[in-house]
Amino acid sequence: MTEPIFALKDIKTLVNRNTPNESMILKGINLDIQAGDFITIIGTNGAGKSTLFNVISGSLLPDSGTIYYKGKNITNLTAEKRSRFLSRVFQDPKLGTAPRMTVSENLLLAARRGERRRLIPRGLKLHREEFAALAATMHNGLEKRLDTFTENLSGGQRQALSFLMATIKRPDILLLDEHTAALDPNTSAHLMAATNNRITQDHLTALMITHHLEDALRYGNRLLVLDNGKIIHDFKGAAKTDLTLSDLRKLI
Amino acid sequence: MNLLTSAIGQGLLWSLLGLGLYLSFRILNITDMTVEGSFPLGGAVAVTLITNGVNPLLASLAAFSAGLLAGFITGILTTKGKIPSLLAGILTMTAIYSVNLRIMGKSNISLLGYRTLFSANFLRKLPDYFDSVVVGLIAVFLITVCLIFFLNTEFGQAFIATGDNPTMAKSFGILTDRMTILGLMLSNGLVALCGSLISQNNGYADISMGTGTIVIALASIIIGEVAFGELTLSQRLVAVSLGSIIYRILLLGVLQLGLSTNDLNLISSIVLTICMLLPRLNELVHLREPLFRSLKND
Ligand SMILES: Nc1ncnc2c1ncn2[C@@H]1O[C@H](COP(=O)(O)OP(=O)(O)OP(=O)(O)O)[C@@H](O)[C@H]1O
Ligand SMILES: [Mg+2]
Repeated sequence: MTEPIFALKDIKTLVNRNTPNESMILKGINLDIQAGDFITIIGTNGAGKSTLFNVISGSLLPDSGTIYYKGKNITNLTAEKRSRFLSRVFQDPKLGTAPRMTVSENLLLAARRGERRRLIPRGLKLHREEFAALAATMHNGLEKRLDTFTENLSGGQRQALSFLMATIKRPDILLLDEHTAALDPNTSAHLMAATNNRITQDHLTALMITHHLEDALRYGNRLLVLDNGKIIHDFKGAAKTDLTLSDLRKLI
Repeated sequence: MNLLTSAIGQGLLWSLLGLGLYLSFRILNITDMTVEGSFPLGGAVAVTLITNGVNPLLASLAAFSAGLLAGFITGILTTKGKIPSLLAGILTMTAIYSVNLRIMGKSNISLLGYRTLFSANFLRKLPDYFDSVVVGLIAVFLITVCLIFFLNTEFGQAFIATGDNPTMAKSFGILTDRMTILGLMLSNGLVALCGSLISQNNGYADISMGTGTIVIALASIIIGEVAFGELTLSQRLVAVSLGSIIYRILLLGVLQLGLSTNDLNLISSIVLTICMLLPRLNELVHLREPLFRSLKND
């Protein structure tokens, strides 16, 4: 087997350290992610799924354990530095975009993910056509709203924009935390289809948290079940293909 | 006429304060009390240097640098030290009071007999009060142009995003702590520069000249927003200066009614309070909607 692009070794995280309320959230997570994996993650509320993403993205440092990216130990690398190879779509549409900046300004910021921001004109006009074409791939009218402040977009448009922002510059790892959960069933299905297209066409390595078991089954090549801070099931390849909805229902 | 010219000149000079605070208050979403210290700091540094024979332009630049330093301290306290920004600002502001006394050595220094930025030859030929209009216009023009350029660079956009949505900014690799520190530095640098210009224009620096600065700065920002409504960011910067001029003309009107300059802080607070209450009044009586959009979005 090839070297994993990203690996977690025995990751543990505590909250309320040194207080009577101290408790362990992640209780020893081991995970090897191969380049090109599209991993869906399910688990009950409070299982630790978002916490796992926080550890992967660097916004939460683990209390013990090691994190490797392409074989390098990056356990203590800051979230800002990890953004060079990693991007993320949040569950809350408000978190992913700058509300008082326009759609195209947001895309431009995202296109420089992880790069040094220089003291040179931003060059928004040079990118307009490219942004319009990109926005049109979401089929929700976003391309007509390039100069709209994102606070005035619908939730669905905002999540679609967040997704575009996360992928406009190819990430080595893409984290999707229930990114369609806040949307109506129709919009959610559209964004999910667009997500799958982009991930498969560009061979992205992605992890997707969802409470939608059908989505977890339909998409991706690997499925993890998280419970109480541990990975209790890990279905890969054929094992995942053979999985049925009723199997899954029994597991969580 | 003279009074109106004077009000416009004052409005232009004081608008640097509004522009400085705009960076922290509107862009970074921080209410930065440091300005109450950095404003008199600018005055103290410039006046002390001028009375020691330093060129007024250099003295003004030194005042700007002193403001950068004040902003740096608040920035470090709030980002690296995780002290809430309001408290960090109050700490720095309080400390600067003593620093200002140290710099000046007494509570008031006069510039009588010294050359200032306002004693340039071409300014002396102008009619009364036009010197402050001209100096104010030059300063406001230069600084507004620089700010508009800055905010439209890659770096400036990252700075705006930091204030708008820090979570998102971090996730795209923007060093939000560094942006916050730099923003507070620039903001307080402008405020100190404003303090140095006002001192030179008044002909003295006084230890208590900082009282009420934040209210004056907020007044020019908010009057500009109430008067001009939805604008692009660049237009908003211009609106701050116009707001500052409107504010000075309002003050002039109130003083004409017979109130004295001792009442200034009371008047400033009332003007600002009215402006801040307008959105709420608007909800109650349904005034023109677009006029108040910019205020409600907070
Ligand atoms: N800062 C914190 N302090 C205390 N407890 C926390 C903190 N952060 C997370 N937790 C707890 O950790 C557990 C896991 O939270 P997490 O957000 O990772 O769950 P999740 O699997 O993403 O759930 P959901 O499906 O509801 O999003 C929860 O019990 C939560 O209450
Ligand atoms: Mg979660």
